[in-house]
Amino acid sequence: MNRFKLGYGAAVVLLATLAAAAVTALVLKAIGASPVATYVTIFTGPLKDVFGLTEILVRAVPLILVALGISIAFRSGIINIGAEGQMLMGILAATGTALALPAWPRAALLPLVLLAGALGGGLWAAIAGTLKARLGVNEILSTVMLNYIAAQFYTFFLRGPMIDPGELETGSGTPQSMRLPEAALLSRLIPGTRLHTGLLLALVLCVAVYCFLWRTTWGFRLRAAGAEAKAARYAGISVEGSLVAAMVLSGAFAGLAGAVEVSGVHHRAIENISSGYGFAGIVVALFGALHPAGIVPAAVFFGLLLVGADMTQRSAGVPANMILVLQGVLILTIVSAKMYLNNAYAQERAARWFARLRPRPAPAEAKPGGQP
Amino acid sequence: MSHSMVYNILSLGVPFSVALLLASLGEMFNQRAGVFNLGCEGIMCMGAFLGFLPPYFFKTGALAPYATLVGFAVAMAAGILLGLLFALVTVTFRAEQGIAGIGLQMFGWGVAGTLFRHFIGGVTGVPGVAAWAIPGLSRIPFLGGILFNHNPVVYLAFLLVPASWYVLFKTPWGLKVRAAGTEPRAADSMGINVNRVRYQALMVGGALAGLGGAYLSLCQAKMFADDLVAGRGFIAVALVYFGRWSPLGILGGALLFSLAQSLQLAIQVAGIKFPYEFAVMLPYVLVILVLSLARKARMRGPTHLGIPYNREMRY
Repeated sequence: MNRFKLGYGAAVVLLATLAAAAVTALVLKAIGASPVATYVTIFTGPLKDVFGLTEILVRAVPLILVALGISIAFRSGIINIGAEGQMLMGILAATGTALALPAWPRAALLPLVLLAGALGGGLWAAIAGTLKARLGVNEILSTVMLNYIAAQFYTFFLRGPMIDPGELETGSGTPQSMRLPEAALLSRLIPGTRLHTGLLLALVLCVAVYCFLWRTTWGFRLRAAGAEAKAARYAGISVEGSLVAAMVLSGAFAGLAGAVEVSGVHHRAIENISSGYGFAGIVVALFGALHPAGIVPAAVFFGLLLVGADMTQRSAGVPANMILVLQGVLILTIVSAKMYLNNAYAQERAARWFARLRPRPAPAEAKPGGQP
Repeated sequence: MSHSMVYNILSLGVPFSVALLLASLGEMFNQRAGVFNLGCEGIMCMGAFLGFLPPYFFKTGALAPYATLVGFAVAMAAGILLGLLFALVTVTFRAEQGIAGIGLQMFGWGVAGTLFRHFIGGVTGVPGVAAWAIPGLSRIPFLGGILFNHNPVVYLAFLLVPASWYVLFKTPWGLKVRAAGTEPRAADSMGINVNRVRYQALMVGGALAGLGGAYLSLCQAKMFADDLVAGRGFIAVALVYFGRWSPLGILGGALLFSLAQSLQLAIQVAGIKFPYEFAVMLPYVLVILVLSLARKARMRGPTHLGIPYNREMRY
């Protein structure tokens, strides 16, 4: 039965994915692109060379980190839509720290920069968490609003206090910060590509999050508060406290993702640096069933989608926005599919239907002699 | 502040409130029926884009005079369809509404953006809707210009406030909507099809959000851009909380926001030094403040808001 359960789950998720792909295909048709050709480019284009393959992992790193944070929040009963803003605040904090301490040695500066990123994101998320716990402010609305606010903060800093003095001298005025000192950069894993050691950090943190959520009392408290707040309260768990803690942790992961992105990929704070990772991370978390073991493959899959979407934009002129369409529909189909995943009755019916499909062994045991 | 400055702020603020007001009234019906529709933002994006298309394509020709009207109709139809999609996901499939809403938002935003980039690509204007001064009333000194010298959609939106109050509190359908959001089980036992009522409410909400979006592109900005809606759909959802699920409260909230916006514009025009980014930030900060200051004890919304109705479950 267990094998059937797994197959059933996989079939439901596959159907949800296909449904999403079909809806997106309609949009592709509407702009006169061939859905088949577009999907082929997206799914095979990035796999053709080393650059494409590493680029997938480069995208997967922030996705893993953001999705880890989001799954902590979701499992603890608080919905964090604010990863995008938390990432930006993390980037600001990390960049500020790195630029303020250019002379520090690598062994001290790099961890400090990453920590600053986590702290920036965590504090930004703490606003929404505290408002939820203290004043009952809907966290979805507050995190969405904090996204818009963070975006403005970010542009303000890039255009004003943090702008590269060189940009002002040459007069080009591109809103970007100075390059981070060499000691604050994550080193490259494969020379000539953008793949950096942040990948290892993300994988280690996957294990850490698993251990935290499922192997520690703290993690149990968070999950208990998320699963059934009333029961958790009776058991003496501070539900409000765990909401805030989950939100801060969640934001810290998003902030760390931002810090890793700036110190591993771009090496300076630029505009559009978060490029939708905050929202894509939600899809990755849901697709990975809010579990680190699911998040890693899901992040790689979405990394492939993102790189592929860029390729179709360049080769076939299909706007990369269409990836937003696919992500949006995927969210809709996955949350819809949950009804069938958790429904024992639906599963039972599928099992019976499946059993009827399979050719029965010849009724040899039913002897034509009737009752023994 | 001079007399004319106050006049300018007020007369600009009134039409600014319309998009928020329309979307928010729609969201009120959704939430009163028990569905938390964050996808409002996505529906507004689609409404803004699809409403923009007819006047964009039919600048001249026999259809031109009606193109704007067609645009509003198309936007509302798209809103109804997206409302149906959301109903399918959250009512039939009983999905988690907050997350589904974000999905719908990304979908609507993504589709509008993709189609926009493919079919139009750049900033182009549309003629918009001419102001129609109400004879007599618009002659009232000071108030006349502020309240009675706008395009017809503004009047329609303001008429919708008492109309939706009447529908919600004085008609059988309104009673069904409120029952579906507060006591769905009792409603069910009285023979009301809770899920059907929720479907209907989501269609109404979708139509109004689509109309609100179209108002943005056709009347307010007179053009379309990817980031035209810029979170107004989310603000509209917040306004429903702020207005405590009543049309009059929502009207107050929408006016508060639009006046803040026109005040911010006036400050910029007056040349007062203030970083532009902080000015843009203002409405979003205001939402958070408004939500935090609303008294928790008095925030008694529909008790089954956000909870999918399942006939087979006991609570």
